[in-house]
Amino acid sequence: MLVVEKNALSEEIESYVEKYGNDRSALLMILHEIQKKHRHISEFAQQEVARLLNIHPVEVYSVISFFAFLNTNPKGRNLVRICQTISCDMKGKKQVVEAIERELGIKIGETTKDNKFTVEYANCLGLCDMGPAMAINDQVFVNLTPEKAVELLAKVK
Amino acid sequence: MEDKKSLRAPVSQKPHVIPKPEHPEYLGGSITVEINEKKLTVPFGTTILEACRQAQIHIPTLCHHEDLCVAGVCRVCVVEVEGMRTLQASCAFPITAPIKIKTTSNAVRKARKHIIDLLISEHYGECYSCFRNNNCELQSLAKEYGVDHYNFGHVTQPRYEVDNSSYSVVRDMDKCVLCKRCVRTCIDLQEVGVLEAINRGHNTHIGTFLDKPLAEVICINCGQCINRCPTGALRANDPRDEIWNAIDDPTKHVVIQTAPSPRAAIGEEFGQGPGKSFTGELNTALRRIGFDKAFDTNFAADLTIIEEGTELILRLYKALVKKEKVALPQFTSCSPGWVKYLEHFYPEYIDNLSSAKSPQQMFGALIKTFYAQKTGIDPANIVSVALMPCSAKKFECNRPEMNSSGYKDVDYGLTTRELAQMIKEAGIFLPEMPQSHFDDPFGEASGAGLIFGATGGVMEAALRSVIEFVTGKRVEDVYANADITPVRGFEGIRYAEIPIAEVGSVPKLLQHLIPDWNWLKGATLKIAVAHGTANAKKVMEDIKAGGKFSECHFIEFMACPGGCLGGGGQPIPTNEQIRKKRAEAIYNEDKSLPVRKSHENRHVSELYEMFLTDGPCGHNSHKLLHTHYVKRGKYIA
Repeated sequence: MLVVEKNALSEEIESYVEKYGNDRSALLMILHEIQKKHRHISEFAQQEVARLLNIHPVEVYSVISFFAFLNTNPKGRNLVRICQTISCDMKGKKQVVEAIERELGIKIGETTKDNKFTVEYANCLGLCDMGPAMAINDQVFVNLTPEKAVELLAKVK
Repeated sequence: MEDKKSLRAPVSQKPHVIPKPEHPEYLGGSITVEINEKKLTVPFGTTILEACRQAQIHIPTLCHHEDLCVAGVCRVCVVEVEGMRTLQASCAFPITAPIKIKTTSNAVRKARKHIIDLLISEHYGECYSCFRNNNCELQSLAKEYGVDHYNFGHVTQPRYEVDNSSYSVVRDMDKCVLCKRCVRTCIDLQEVGVLEAINRGHNTHIGTFLDKPLAEVICINCGQCINRCPTGALRANDPRDEIWNAIDDPTKHVVIQTAPSPRAAIGEEFGQGPGKSFTGELNTALRRIGFDKAFDTNFAADLTIIEEGTELILRLYKALVKKEKVALPQFTSCSPGWVKYLEHFYPEYIDNLSSAKSPQQMFGALIKTFYAQKTGIDPANIVSVALMPCSAKKFECNRPEMNSSGYKDVDYGLTTRELAQMIKEAGIFLPEMPQSHFDDPFGEASGAGLIFGATGGVMEAALRSVIEFVTGKRVEDVYANADITPVRGFEGIRYAEIPIAEVGSVPKLLQHLIPDWNWLKGATLKIAVAHGTANAKKVMEDIKAGGKFSECHFIEFMACPGGCLGGGGQPIPTNEQIRKKRAEAIYNEDKSLPVRKSHENRHVSELYEMFLTDGPCGHNSHKLLHTHYVKRGKYIA
């Protein structure tokens, strides 16, 4: 990482700390902001957050590893999360997943070569009556069929 | 940090701690509870566990530890509280109402058995090949509750790689039962912050920052986590095999130096109660094992005092008389855990660290130079072992700069636990050994070197010498019995001021460095003592902010709570009571010694006459007895 990039990141995190305070309870909000902007929380960012909140880097890492929506390695520009719990499974999740895997040429948990998509499983999206469900970034899609899922992916930029 | 309200926050971030009232009955805040149909009155807020212990009722615990905050994660201590739907963890249940508790009901017994069974279902490893066999809390619990069957399955294949990257601490996460004692030790007790729970639910494991190997993170190697681990998941990096090989090799001359703290604790490994020293017995046992010589680290401790004391005097002289800019206060450098802590967390202060090596490394350098010359043994054939209460000493002897003799100064650091194991392997029962003395030419050491083992000891030893050097008076005339009590005790941070009302003549040893003491007349020597890195952190933050500790002249830091006697290589368990007993043993032994001041040790004077001829802090001693430090910083790239 270049020094300039590091400084920019530090400044950015400092602005979040200013916004949310330097109490340890501000940690999650700050991590979400970093995640939103950079799609991951780098090693350096974690240590900077720890420094500014006066906690240990391993505590920041612990929190990140606890939450599925926070990650330490960069992911694709678009995140596809497919509900893996039982009702979606019974309504044909498997076929949807196979169609998506075939369409993008990757397996669950992987990122496409052009960095456009990362596909992963999510635990219950809370739409058990309308399964199978999946979320593309922040938007949720329900009652999926393999065809519908592929169509949805094609619309994503 | 007044806005830190979270209870989980490390000690130094908490706003304040309300001490427990010593006589709660005077405050009137007491409650009568019924435990197993017996009435008991306890202070408001006492946990069920504490109440039961007062009533002599045994409650099994696993994640609970006297030194650490309440966690309530293992659930082994569950009890039945009348009117509550579920069983309650007694360690985390403060009594605030007159409740009725049952500790032995069928539900409790069954639940405990299942809980232990569940813990074991995730615990991989065979007891008989584990170093904690017969000293394992999980094993004893399983026995206590008759867990004779894996009702919930058992791990049959290892799931994790053993992390033996560190010279000091080895982590085997397959044996971990996630009690988080190490996490609480590292974050709350020591405030180093290396270990934390990673991932969630069933995938949880204890890991470091980004799951890096321990050698690559900011671990200071204090080993406090080892002492608190209830299972064999954490252990010290064990050099026993190499040492046995060296002993069996007839071409090798194997010498061992023994630090003061292991002697006061090693008896615990042989079923003796804490608080008894086995110095003489240990010497005999070491020779029977096959060590060619058994030396006393206290000799090097005496040397450390002379070197470090001289360094302090020189720094003060430069600052006060020559008006040069020197780094003050001077910090002690005997504790390798503390040294690494400073290198990581306060690298801007490494100039304040005394450049004098720790006693272990001083002795290592002398053995392979002075002793080798004197006895005519090729230093290449000398294997130098150091018995230490410490896991960080293993790291220290492997530091690349520790080779001033031309060889690796100390070959192996051995902990108290490991030596006890070696003694057992040799078929020796230590307490029954006859007593014998240390070997010459370092045979005699002073009580000042001995008390290095307790917190405040280095300071007291240094003061005994400095007071006599400067005032020309006997310490016994200033402090009764030469016991400098203001620096003793177990309070986390201690501060003392020593006024220098009159000065004497400069002793011969220092005459080439200082012309007279007049510049110290009427001055006040300000000193402080801190033990445990959490307390060290408080002092360092105060120095950074320009508080009263920044005006100190000399500060003793020890990485481990209680000083070396509570070190990470000491017998398990270690808690407050045991630390107090060990300290008593050390101070009692000090009282019984004829020589109690470092500068009165005739072997040290001989060394300066014969070998280090240009005196303390001279060229030779700088080459052999002083070192330099590395600015490590806490960022991990």
